[in-house]
Amino acid sequence: MTDAASWTFVCHRDDIVPNTGVCAKVGDAQVAVFRVVAPDGTEDGPDNGIFAIDNFDVRSQANVLSRGLIGELSTETGPALVVASPVYKNHLCLKTGRCLEDEAWSVKAWAVACGDDGAIMVRAS
Amino acid sequence: MKLVVIGNGMVGHKLLEELADAPNLAITVLCEEPRPAYDRVHLSEFFSGKTADDLSLVTPGFFDRANITLKLNAKAVGIDRAAKLVQLEDGETVPYDQLVLATGSYPFVPPVTGRDRNGCLVYRTIEDLEAMTEWGKKSKVGVVVGGGLLGLECAKALKDMGLQTHVVEFAPRLMTVQVDDMGGRLLRRKIEAMGVQVHTGKNTLEITDGAGLGVGGRHAMKFADGSQLQTDMIVFSAGIRPRDELARVAGLIRGERGGILIDNQCKTSDPSIYAIGECALWQGKIFGLVAPGYDMARIVAKQIVAGDAAASAPQFNGADMSTKLKLLGVDVASIGDAQGTTPGSLTYLFNDDVAGHYKKLVVTADGKQLIGAVLVGEANDYGTLLQMALNGIPLPAQPESLILPSVEGGSKGIGIDMLPATASICSCNNVSKGDLCSAIEGGATSLGALKKCTKAATSCGGCLPLVKQVLDAELKKSGVLVLNHLCEHFAHSRQELFHLVKVGGQKTFDETILAHGKGRGCDVCKPTVASIVASCWNEHVLKPKHASVQDTNDYYLANIQKDGTYSVVPRIPGGEITPDKLIVIGQVAKDYGLYTKITGGQRIDLFGARVEQLPEIWGALVAAGFESGHAYGKSLRTVKSCVGSTWCRYGVQDSVTMAIRIEERYRGLRSPHKIKMAVSGCTRECAEAQSKDVGVIATEKGWNLYVAGNGGMKPRHAELLASDVDDETLIKLIDRFLMLYIRTGDRLQRTATWIENLEGGLSYVKKVVIEDSLGLCAELEADMARQVETYECEWKKAITTPETLKRFSHFVNSKEADANIQFVDERGQIRPKSALEKKLEVAP
Ligand SMILES: Cc1cc2nc3c(=O)[nH]c(=O)nc-3n(C[C@H](O)[C@H](O)[C@H](O)COP(=O)(O)OP(=O)(O)OC[C@H]3O[C@@H](n4cnc5c(N)ncnc54)[C@H](O)[C@@H]3O)c2cc1C
Ligand code: HEM
Ligand code: SF4
Ligand code: SF4
Repeated sequence: MTDAASWTFVCHRDDIVPNTGVCAKVGDAQVAVFRVVAPDGTEDGPDNGIFAIDNFDVRSQANVLSRGLIGELSTETGPALVVASPVYKNHLCLKTGRCLEDEAWSVKAWAVACGDDGAIMVRAS
Repeated sequence: MKLVVIGNGMVGHKLLEELADAPNLAITVLCEEPRPAYDRVHLSEFFSGKTADDLSLVTPGFFDRANITLKLNAKAVGIDRAAKLVQLEDGETVPYDQLVLATGSYPFVPPVTGRDRNGCLVYRTIEDLEAMTEWGKKSKVGVVVGGGLLGLECAKALKDMGLQTHVVEFAPRLMTVQVDDMGGRLLRRKIEAMGVQVHTGKNTLEITDGAGLGVGGRHAMKFADGSQLQTDMIVFSAGIRPRDELARVAGLIRGERGGILIDNQCKTSDPSIYAIGECALWQGKIFGLVAPGYDMARIVAKQIVAGDAAASAPQFNGADMSTKLKLLGVDVASIGDAQGTTPGSLTYLFNDDVAGHYKKLVVTADGKQLIGAVLVGEANDYGTLLQMALNGIPLPAQPESLILPSVEGGSKGIGIDMLPATASICSCNNVSKGDLCSAIEGGATSLGALKKCTKAATSCGGCLPLVKQVLDAELKKSGVLVLNHLCEHFAHSRQELFHLVKVGGQKTFDETILAHGKGRGCDVCKPTVASIVASCWNEHVLKPKHASVQDTNDYYLANIQKDGTYSVVPRIPGGEITPDKLIVIGQVAKDYGLYTKITGGQRIDLFGARVEQLPEIWGALVAAGFESGHAYGKSLRTVKSCVGSTWCRYGVQDSVTMAIRIEERYRGLRSPHKIKMAVSGCTRECAEAQSKDVGVIATEKGWNLYVAGNGGMKPRHAELLASDVDDETLIKLIDRFLMLYIRTGDRLQRTATWIENLEGGLSYVKKVVIEDSLGLCAELEADMARQVETYECEWKKAITTPETLKRFSHFVNSKEADANIQFVDERGQIRPKSALEKKLEVAP
């Protein structure tokens, strides 16, 4: 069940260069929205490869996560899609916002939806 | 049991280390010097800034243990063998059950009249070196008496102090013991080329007042042939004599020419007294090196621990006196029977006066085994040859191949696998190949761990290359990969990947990972592949297909700072800038409120630009004729220059013009790591070119090219690749050097670490880029030519490409700026507000 009022349209999928992120303003918050595409071109994941986490990097205290490099790293719980903060290279899980190096640097993951029309919606909360 | 050790030098201390944990032993150490044991072998490093503490051999807390009592400034003057007491200079007596003499030796000063004048010194203790430093300050000319191993080391010290340096040798050649006539001659030539004057066959008769009043000629040395030499200070280094005076007063048997006589158990003529190290005489020989002394120390430790069973403990049976040294920058090595005195022995000789290499092999009469060698000028094969001689490994079919320069750069001689497990790899610390292998098996799989756990290569370091070879060979054998994989996605090193991409023609990251890797990549491999692809095909890094694999710095063509703002660095080639352009920079900084700072690379950095301001700022800069400075890339940073012959009264070439030419040639070139360069207009070297990846220094005849220098965390002096070359040759050589580095360097490996890890180091690079040993030069040059042709300013391109401009916005859905970026004023400019300052403001 989605509550239409709390979902914000942020941009179209084509506004995001594959395997990069952008920063969206959702209310007063900054949300880093990423578009992940596999090397063979498939846009997988629950929402066609779209993920959203805080844009604020706890470690550097700066709004920079949308500008990090996307990658995939092995973790105890299997491969995880991550973004590396451009400032100190701490890695944050795109799905959960968890920081792989130090729990204290974890950030919040935002609910995101991207339908086949390509419209990306983030749920404000 | 009460053990007394007289002397806390290198060997005496080794004994203590061996016995530190032995039970029921109360040890008293009598040390005449004011400080406990230090590393005499590396004593000369005192001159290059090492302190007495750095040289100390004592591990912290060593003398805190209860079973060892250390007495400093405690000179033993007598031994009462009947009462088993040692008498000290101050009258105190120390009782012993067993006594070890480790009193070392003293420098021999020939009986020349005037040898005790002020400024006549010796070279053995830290105090001696302090005296040399003091005298060095007051002197212009220095003489070393003695052209042996220590004398030449001492000459280097004098030369480094800036003195006009002379070496006076009694014998007709240098290093009489270790090298032969031809080797000695080459050594002399090389040393003289370095500005040290060598006088052989000189018998000093007398030292008197010199002609110069004070500096320049405090003393005059008069020689038997009637000639004279004026000098300010004299260091005697004419050999060593064992310190056996205690043995003399105690009535122990000594050799005819000194030395305390010992047997295979290192016992003196009194069974409760041992002698070890340089004071001991074994089968008529004194061993003036540290390794045999350490051997003796280990043997005595075992004897003492074994007690009554001592007879079955290991015994001393002589030592190998082979050595490898760097004397005044010249490699010299001597192995076994270097002079070829073994009856019937045969020799192989190789002499290259041009390169300054001399090599000789001495083999048995049947030509089957190596028994000696001399290497001067280049001694890379010392380890291999020594092992062959020590282990009696049969010579290859063509023994001459061992000393002939290899044409194909291929390795030669014996593989490390040929060595038996008993082969001693580190003779200083007596570590065999077997010891290394078992340590590796036990988990010491890095060079650091292996050194720590076996102590191999921790004294003189001469065996380091061999230790590394053993390590690599063992790891390979045991199937442990020598891991230089880029990351979990690529099982290749950067170098391997470079080749794969070049051959495979992959032009994007996705193509590359599909072809050569697995998974999706990460923040390690993506920028690496981006750099490889850029180096191979020089595609614009901003093309959308490369966008997602660039580090943020490359993505926004600017350096990210701690608060998420960026810095802007326009290129200022050679550091030359017109007033008009300076004004533009100032105006831009003013318009956008940027913080300005002069960088270490002779250009100007503008800080505090928000991402959405970057295109406008660059628009203004590009319009005024500026280009991207690539401060954000792993690429050429700057070519620093001094003002050169145009203005400087010392300059011999136009360093600024050359710096600009070089900077414009290599701007934008992507590489494994950043590259810094500099050009100086004369040998005064004001541009500090020798600390750069590529350093160029003007000479009367052209340019000297230095490579692989480094400032930063671990500074390294650049090494001379070519001298007196003309402009065109210079550029050609830099082209080749850079391309070779780009092809073979590892990720984030500066040229300095690259060359240090490269097998063969500088001489390999010389072979490839000067002698063209791999036939690669034309290709390297062509690669560079393509780079140069396809260069375009990334910013100029970016601000005219709407698709790229889109990314320069903080929000995808708003034109607002990031409210978290805040500044305060400091010394008239902005600086980022600290987290604390932000918090204080929010709180009421
Ligand atoms: C500049 C220099 C460079 C060298 N380079 C090398 C090299 O590259 N490779 C190599 O193998 N070797 C080298 N050597 C030689 C090496 O340092 C010696 O072989 C080694 O130090 C010998 O150790 P030792 O303990 O026998 O003597 P020392 O280290 O001289 O120690 C003897 C100690 O005993 C003390 N002592 C003497 N008499 C008494 C007494 N009566 N009471 C109390 N204390 C006393 C002395 O003060 C001294 O501290 C070099 C030596 C020098 C000086
Ligand atoms: C007439 C003689 C000289 C004058 C007038 C002179 C002047 C200067 C000046 C003005 C600077 C710049 C300082 C700055 O950036 O704040 C400088 C830097 C420097 N000079 Fe000299 N200099 C002279 C000779 C030399 C000589 C002979 C050497 C080398 C032996 C030398 C080595 C240096 C070095 C290493 C720097 C630092 C460069 C850098 O900023 O990175 N100078 N000099
Ligand atoms: S390196 Fe030579 S030419 Fe250049 S400024 Fe220094 S003294 Fe002058
Ligand atoms: S030296 Fe350290 S603080 Fe200074 S610029 Fe470099 S990294 Fe930053």
